[in-house]
Amino acid sequence: MKYLDEYRDGAIARKLVAEIHRVATRPWTMMEVCGGQTHTIVKQGIDEMLPDGIRMIHGPGCPVCVTPLEQVDKALAIAADPRVIFTSYGDMLRVPGSTTDLLSLKARGADVRIVYSPLDALRIAAAHPDREVVFFAIGFETTAPANAMAAWQARELGLDNFSMLVSHVLVPPAMEAILSSPSNQVQSFLAAGHVCAVMGWTEYEPIAAKYHVPIVVTGFEPLDLLEGILMAVRQLEEGRAVVENQYARAVRREGNRLAQETVFRVFEIGDRTWRGIGEIPSSGYRLKPEFARFDAEQRFLVADISTREHPACIAGEILRGTKTPLDCTAYGVLCSPQRPLGAPMVSSEGTCAAFHAAGRGLGPAVRPLTVIGVPPGTSADAGLQRAASEAIAR
Amino acid sequence: MSERSAAVDPLAASCPAPLEEIDRVLLGHGSGGQLSAALLRDVIGPALGDAAPGGPLNDAAVLDVGGQRLAFTTDSFVVSPLVFPGGDIGELAVNGTVNDLAMMGAEPVALSLAYVIEEGLPFDELRAITESVARAARRAGVRVVTGDTKVVGRGAADRLFVNTAGIGLVAGGAAPAADQARPGDAVILSGPIGLHGVAIMSVREGLEFEVEIESDTQPLAGLVAAVVAAAPDVHVLRDPTRGGVASALNEIASASAVGIEIEESAILVPGPVRAACEMLGLDPLHVANEGKCIAIVPGERAAAVVDAMRAVPEGEEAAVVGRVVADHPGMVAIRTLVGSMRIVDMLVGEQLPRIC
Amino acid sequence: MCLGIPGKVVDVRDEDGLRMGRVDFGGVRKEACLSYVPEVVPGDYVIVHVGFAISHVDEEEALRTLELLSQMGDLVQQELATMGPGMTAPAVVDDPMPLGAAVAGRVDEAVPRHQAAPGASALRPGARA
Repeated sequence: MKYLDEYRDGAIARKLVAEIHRVATRPWTMMEVCGGQTHTIVKQGIDEMLPDGIRMIHGPGCPVCVTPLEQVDKALAIAADPRVIFTSYGDMLRVPGSTTDLLSLKARGADVRIVYSPLDALRIAAAHPDREVVFFAIGFETTAPANAMAAWQARELGLDNFSMLVSHVLVPPAMEAILSSPSNQVQSFLAAGHVCAVMGWTEYEPIAAKYHVPIVVTGFEPLDLLEGILMAVRQLEEGRAVVENQYARAVRREGNRLAQETVFRVFEIGDRTWRGIGEIPSSGYRLKPEFARFDAEQRFLVADISTREHPACIAGEILRGTKTPLDCTAYGVLCSPQRPLGAPMVSSEGTCAAFHAAGRGLGPAVRPLTVIGVPPGTSADAGLQRAASEAIAR
Repeated sequence: MSERSAAVDPLAASCPAPLEEIDRVLLGHGSGGQLSAALLRDVIGPALGDAAPGGPLNDAAVLDVGGQRLAFTTDSFVVSPLVFPGGDIGELAVNGTVNDLAMMGAEPVALSLAYVIEEGLPFDELRAITESVARAARRAGVRVVTGDTKVVGRGAADRLFVNTAGIGLVAGGAAPAADQARPGDAVILSGPIGLHGVAIMSVREGLEFEVEIESDTQPLAGLVAAVVAAAPDVHVLRDPTRGGVASALNEIASASAVGIEIEESAILVPGPVRAACEMLGLDPLHVANEGKCIAIVPGERAAAVVDAMRAVPEGEEAAVVGRVVADHPGMVAIRTLVGSMRIVDMLVGEQLPRIC
Repeated sequence: MCLGIPGKVVDVRDEDGLRMGRVDFGGVRKEACLSYVPEVVPGDYVIVHVGFAISHVDEEEALRTLELLSQMGDLVQQELATMGPGMTAPAVVDDPMPLGAAVAGRVDEAVPRHQAAPGASALRPGARA
């Protein structure tokens, strides 16, 4: 595939890794805030190829994971309504709410359908004028133009049986929340490539300046991530802190103006709770008053849903990057992709799911190609403990 | 929707929003992955008790009957839509069962054919599918000797469900089984993967995309015969259907208590299959195949077996893709294109197209 | 953020007031909304996310990045050759012997690349009845 395969070249990858090793003279900590990037890093073992001192923290970049519990519970309440055809992106189906999830509801007879695009939800609404069609509009800024277009088109087409349950989150406020936290250890960010393809990178310039952190707009393929990490390490070594663009083939500084216009015609900025983190002011989108009739929350009177999160859960610490899944006592034992207890295990780009799929900390460590190896043939418990202690020591 | 199952005590778990216990069958239980294995292990197996023999799960059972070794297998086919690029449910039903017999080293002798038909299915469609059955049976050199037909009311079956059962004769000494893999063995794959699953997905409602990919459904007895001729001591034969190559290798690694290591660069994934998987966020290793064979043979036989496979049309692109090791028993690892090693997990439940 | 993949625009048309088009992703063709990339014409590459093209791929930039990356690779090789004692060696090893060759005992046999082999993307092998 053009513009994809070339960025997976193993030989170039190894050379990039060698260059990172050569350039890094001190330990550095950096964070990516993008589920797609987390997925590639863990799946390709990129973090394991970096020098010992370079630590990648996986930030709250998975919109599925950070969708607040209240929104999930509202979705469940709406989906349970027999008048409703509830449409959603696939990943949301297994996210646990307070008592159940959309997939289980579907197994009990609720009309829950996966859609690939918000336009598919519109088509369903047009085809079923006798039913209420609700679309679960989650995502970061990348998905906002698509979700916005759904509302816009619904109004253009005069659909009166379509509404959206909105749960959009924004990256820059999350970055600031992390950077301004007293326990922050992040010294540099990889910015999400497709978020920036839409929004540009002007919002990151004041953040880089205020907190003196280099920010590199990065793509998603292994070579993109390695180049992005290299650019960040170079800036850190040189004491610079500016925004650079690794993903030049898809991102311009001003982003996609047309997409931004539509987003701001349909959505306005509001406060948003991030699951596991708490409320971050001005960190989300909600529908503007002129689109109120497409707001499922108002249409279905779900404003008073009360939720229940367990206080001892560490999903929040995983999303903030202060702990890894290997620190969680439930990881791999009580909590697994087939029986997820929390959102980061459900979404295939959640940190816990990425770790689990790559087998991290689940058994005898697979002999990696990098220098630090675990002797083969060790028992499962020993492997798990060693991986966990390595992770905590990092 | 008036039922509500009891919520699990939240204090018993250490994470938020614990899910209630699964007490009913989900779609994912049928996908050939971990959930399917769990259903067998936790519900069906215990209920059958000693009415069923224990031991590792193979594609077919091999029974000693009056001095002859007979292989016996059954499969139900519920594919939707009934007709897809490259085949239909009739062809699938024959090839699927014939292949399960072949994977035990058996030559197919006879098939049964049972239909559960939804009221309203047009005769033309039934006829066309049955003609496919006939063609596939002729091609596989097997006869349909018995069958059954049931009709259920509208809505009680999705147009047509098909079950085939098959018996075959295991000749010679070949006794491949899931628990026979040994460290030092070579893992051979007969050709490119992901074709069947992508062909089905491309016509599945809601996903629809245009692609020039056809299902790879085909009988594999000829291929298996070539393998057995080159390596009568073949250790494992498996056709990676639902759950893909990843699930098949995981099952074998578990049953044999060995580790398996494969090379990403050695596995053939046709361009459009990769593209479809990229688009949907799927791993080609988890996508179903219907005309491929994994052969695990002693290392020194690998070259001869690959040559033998390449000499028949079904194995033109056969290649060694990995090896069996003593390390990390029960786990499958892959060396990625960029050079790192990671674990290949078994499919969990239903493949949900990854969106974000 | 996620699942935005590059594809080539095959055709463009108007549907319900939206600019739509068929996009080819390495052999898989699917519809996408092109309203956010009005300058794009058939033959151009776009990044598609949940059925919407969100960015136009700048092919010159793509080429430049790739050239830089491969050149950088050569530069690193030269530098490694001049590395003196006391510098840490990179942690990754070079290409070991291809697995297939190692197991099969055939050194001349190259492990096939992950791209489609000849005929692999077409019909299944063997004659079709």
